[in-house]
Amino acid sequence: MVKWTELERSTVKAIWEKIDIDEVGPQIWARVLIVYPWTERYFGSFGDLFTITAILKNDKVAAHGKVVLKALDKAVNNMDNMKRTYADLSQLHFQKLEVDPDSFRLLADCITITIACKLKSALSPQSQAIWQKFLYAVVDAMSSQYR
Amino acid sequence: MTSLSAKDKNTVKAFWAKVAGKEEQIGCDAVSRMLTVYPQTKTYFSHWKDLSPGSAPVRKHGATVMAAVTDAVSKIDDLTGALLSLSELHAFTLRVDPANFKVLAHNLLVVLATVFPNDFTPEVHVAMDKFLAAVARALSEKYR
Repeated sequence: MVKWTELERSTVKAIWEKIDIDEVGPQIWARVLIVYPWTERYFGSFGDLFTITAILKNDKVAAHGKVVLKALDKAVNNMDNMKRTYADLSQLHFQKLEVDPDSFRLLADCITITIACKLKSALSPQSQAIWQKFLYAVVDAMSSQYR
Repeated sequence: MTSLSAKDKNTVKAFWAKVAGKEEQIGCDAVSRMLTVYPQTKTYFSHWKDLSPGSAPVRKHGATVMAAVTDAVSKIDDLTGALLSLSELHAFTLRVDPANFKVLAHNLLVVLATVFPNDFTPEVHVAMDKFLAAVARALSEKYR
């Protein structure tokens, strides 16, 4: 189980409070598909993902971004219990969706960079360290049922 | 991984032109973040008096790295040639595990996002990510 200091808990919450899921979710998801285009393999039903413009305008991409960030909210509120919180989602991504767990790492990095655009220098090196520790704990929890 | 398209190269050059004048600040911040967020990277700098964010050796090293990246942008059509001696330095003298190039690249991208929140679009992001990966590949050439 990952251990969290008071500073780490408050930093994660402070960053999360500044994030508008409806605004940032679509941005994050578009970034993943544009920067790591092989992730499109999981989204055959999303329609036109052939150009950057198409991805940025795609409603299903935007909707999915919001879904993913809402799930991240669970982690913010269950930092001491991430593996259990994400057990079902992890199973789903493994058995049914067949997603390569490396994709979770790619998503984590896109989340960090999108947040960096939003918070700018308010995302200090120390905050970035704490935020990435948090995200990698989520990645770990999402990978936990892959066996 | 694929090599850089003409569009990638133009995107990188156009974006990097905005960096002019901010190299020291960006380099310093990138190295500071690398050392803070990935403490394992500190193992290469035990000879520095001060590894804290923004310290003099961190600032100096940030400037060194940025000068090399700026040079690489200007020689984007032949990164292997441009980075030959730096590759030898990293392979034989410094012996930095090449996995760390990706780590520094990530932190540089984070800094660029904070400094250019509106210009660091997904399009620029992917071009820069590909470019830094190509730089890392060229730097790894002489390793084995």
